[in-house]
Amino acid sequence: MGAYHAGVKVAAAYPGTPSTEILESIARFDDIHAEWSTNEKVAMEVALGAAYAGVRAMASMKQVGLNVASDPFMAASTTGINAGMVVVSADDPGAHSSQGEQDNRHYAKLAKVPMLEPSDSQEAYEFMAHAFDLSERFDTPVLVRTTTRIAHSKSVVKVSRSRSVPTSQPGFQHDATKYVMLPVHARLRHPLMEERLVKLSAYAETFPLNQILWGERHLGVMTSGVAYQYAREVFPKVSFLKLGMTYPLPQNLLRHFASQVERLIVIEELDPFLQENIQAMGIKVTGKEFIPRLGELNPDIVEETSRSAGLLAGSSPRQVETAAELPGRPPLLCPGCPHTGIFFVLSSIGQRAKLAKAKDKTPKESKLIITGDIGCYTLGAYPPLLAMDTCACMGASIGQALGMEKAGVSNKVVAVIGDSTFLHSGITGLVNAVYNQGQITIIILDNGTTAMTGHQEHPATGVSAQGKETKKVELEQLVQGIGVNDVKVVDAFALKALRTSVRSSLSNPELSVIIVRGACSVRVPKRGEPRAIDAERCNLCDACLLLGCSAIQRENEQIYIDTALCVGDACTVCQQLCPRQAIVPQSEIVSKEAK
Amino acid sequence: MKKLDLLVTGAGGQGIILASDIIGETAIAAGYDVKKTDTLGMAQRGGSVISNVRIARQVWSPLIKKGEVDILLALEKLEAARWAYYLRSGGIAIVNNQALPPLSVSLGNARYPSDEEIANILKKRTDRVFFIDGTRRARELGNIRTLNIFMLGCASLFTPFKVQAWKDSISQRLPASIRQINITAFDRGRKEMQGARL
Repeated sequence: MGAYHAGVKVAAAYPGTPSTEILESIARFDDIHAEWSTNEKVAMEVALGAAYAGVRAMASMKQVGLNVASDPFMAASTTGINAGMVVVSADDPGAHSSQGEQDNRHYAKLAKVPMLEPSDSQEAYEFMAHAFDLSERFDTPVLVRTTTRIAHSKSVVKVSRSRSVPTSQPGFQHDATKYVMLPVHARLRHPLMEERLVKLSAYAETFPLNQILWGERHLGVMTSGVAYQYAREVFPKVSFLKLGMTYPLPQNLLRHFASQVERLIVIEELDPFLQENIQAMGIKVTGKEFIPRLGELNPDIVEETSRSAGLLAGSSPRQVETAAELPGRPPLLCPGCPHTGIFFVLSSIGQRAKLAKAKDKTPKESKLIITGDIGCYTLGAYPPLLAMDTCACMGASIGQALGMEKAGVSNKVVAVIGDSTFLHSGITGLVNAVYNQGQITIIILDNGTTAMTGHQEHPATGVSAQGKETKKVELEQLVQGIGVNDVKVVDAFALKALRTSVRSSLSNPELSVIIVRGACSVRVPKRGEPRAIDAERCNLCDACLLLGCSAIQRENEQIYIDTALCVGDACTVCQQLCPRQAIVPQSEIVSKEAK
Repeated sequence: MKKLDLLVTGAGGQGIILASDIIGETAIAAGYDVKKTDTLGMAQRGGSVISNVRIARQVWSPLIKKGEVDILLALEKLEAARWAYYLRSGGIAIVNNQALPPLSVSLGNARYPSDEEIANILKKRTDRVFFIDGTRRARELGNIRTLNIFMLGCASLFTPFKVQAWKDSISQRLPASIRQINITAFDRGRKEMQGARL
């Protein structure tokens, strides 16, 4: 809403928690172009192109997305823009839903661009207008950095503006020295970037989003983002310097604040970004000596660590129990998930998962090496499936698999990658594997959506971010076009066919691709008749439990299927698996009981 | 009312986030400042989900401190026990009497706590613990997915917001096809809680 009211005309993104909702929200407005780009690099380039052409543009992504998009991001800083360009990086302290905890504030410094950090929903709304204004005023992309606790929280927002879009026609002004980064031009841009940073620092001194809130002067707290909220709660009476713009920093304002308080601390999440930059000015300040640099902060952590640092008097007033020792509840593949069958097949080769009561036999064959990727299917790494050996970053599975093969491992190597991830950054890996004569097997899990982040469309679904029909990329044609001869398409719920295809591909000395196709169970509207277990036939061999399906449960030495969870006819993988044919449609059990 | 901090928890897919959204929207309609935040795993279904809702004249942190939760609304028993230590002493725990054993329990690698153990964990924090047969009631209503709104009905008795305000925010958030059944679920929840409080 903030960007929309700031007049954004083009918004591009690739889904990634906790950034996804930004594009989903803005896509609802008809008078802008909102798109899911194939990846963050493309999203950044689309936004940059639009900004060059004179319309306000935004690219939004999660923190690791900015790694993918860092090349055009640096380029955008070098060339500058024409109309405003804002890049939103949604960081994930605590790595709730990420492969790491990286602190993207460093990117602002690296790219020499200004950075704003809102501390609640109201500020997120207001800061967008400031970000676009700053961008145009200083000819620079602006980084807006949020964190999970800003992105995944809701608070009351007073909407104070309405949308204003410049009426001038978009147009590109040809200017090779600004937009064509030949080395000779790039060298000319660098001093302009440095000059821009000096001007931004001066501007930061009076920038309205950097505020001093005077309270008691024995302690001064410098903070930004959600850490400000925690600090306000823990220190209701002290003085605050709340920084809305955290790069570049306002030197004079910082010095003034520091001189007015007895003790100065920084409260910030993750790295000592503010602290080190403030220390570099020669200002004495502490923070990370007691505030942890790992994980997400919360008011408890700020309070306890501040107390240990002698900033809060007395001992904790509240006697609080610690968490009880209880079985965890990690996320799971859903009942009816199209990934379950293939992971079961991969797991069974070399017997990764064993039943507790199974006799200890040496497996007949050695395990596969399964390089994995980013998506719901990364959960295949958990017991009982245990069918994933690596997961690094988007698209890495294919390159890693090839690297393992070229290293000379004797095991067969299989890369597992989702449809959206394959399009994001698996294609180049596949081109590389074909070109370098790889012998690996690549399994594309095609559930027809970007499931983990909440079912966003992608190029192979044929539907745009704004819900319009569009050209659909056909995965099998794409893979064949790259030059793969052995391409199979298999039904994700046909256990036997999955096993045969995997065996056949593994025995093929050439590179092979298996597209395992089956709709995400959350998106299947008709569930069909659930399955049930015939207790008379079931001998409690527990084989069905090896699927890791959460609908199959054990209570009081009996295995049963939770009919409210089972998707029934659409899946039936457990029925195909059961060695005693004890899993049948529910109606068969009911009619049997009636007799 | 000075402040009301609620923690809504359960397993993914039970409708926890919708329930906490409705609490927040009802409080906003009553003129309060509200912040809410959700913590959920990376999957669509199954993981532990927790939602913080903070209501006051002015709210700073969206996360509630340990030992300060006024109402713990748990749609699953194990999750109630897991978050019990966030309850303030003497707070209210409303627990749906349903067990959804995590996979580790089904696989025989972990043990689901007994009802007595769960009750004891909660009673360490407060005597005001209410076990409610929410899943059964929702099933009787003909739609198991009304569980979250039924449980909201239970919790609503401990809030200062008007019944109509609750119903308005429920109606605003739900499509017409399931609006009526959820309003009924809300009313039944209130009634159930009135009975349980006696």
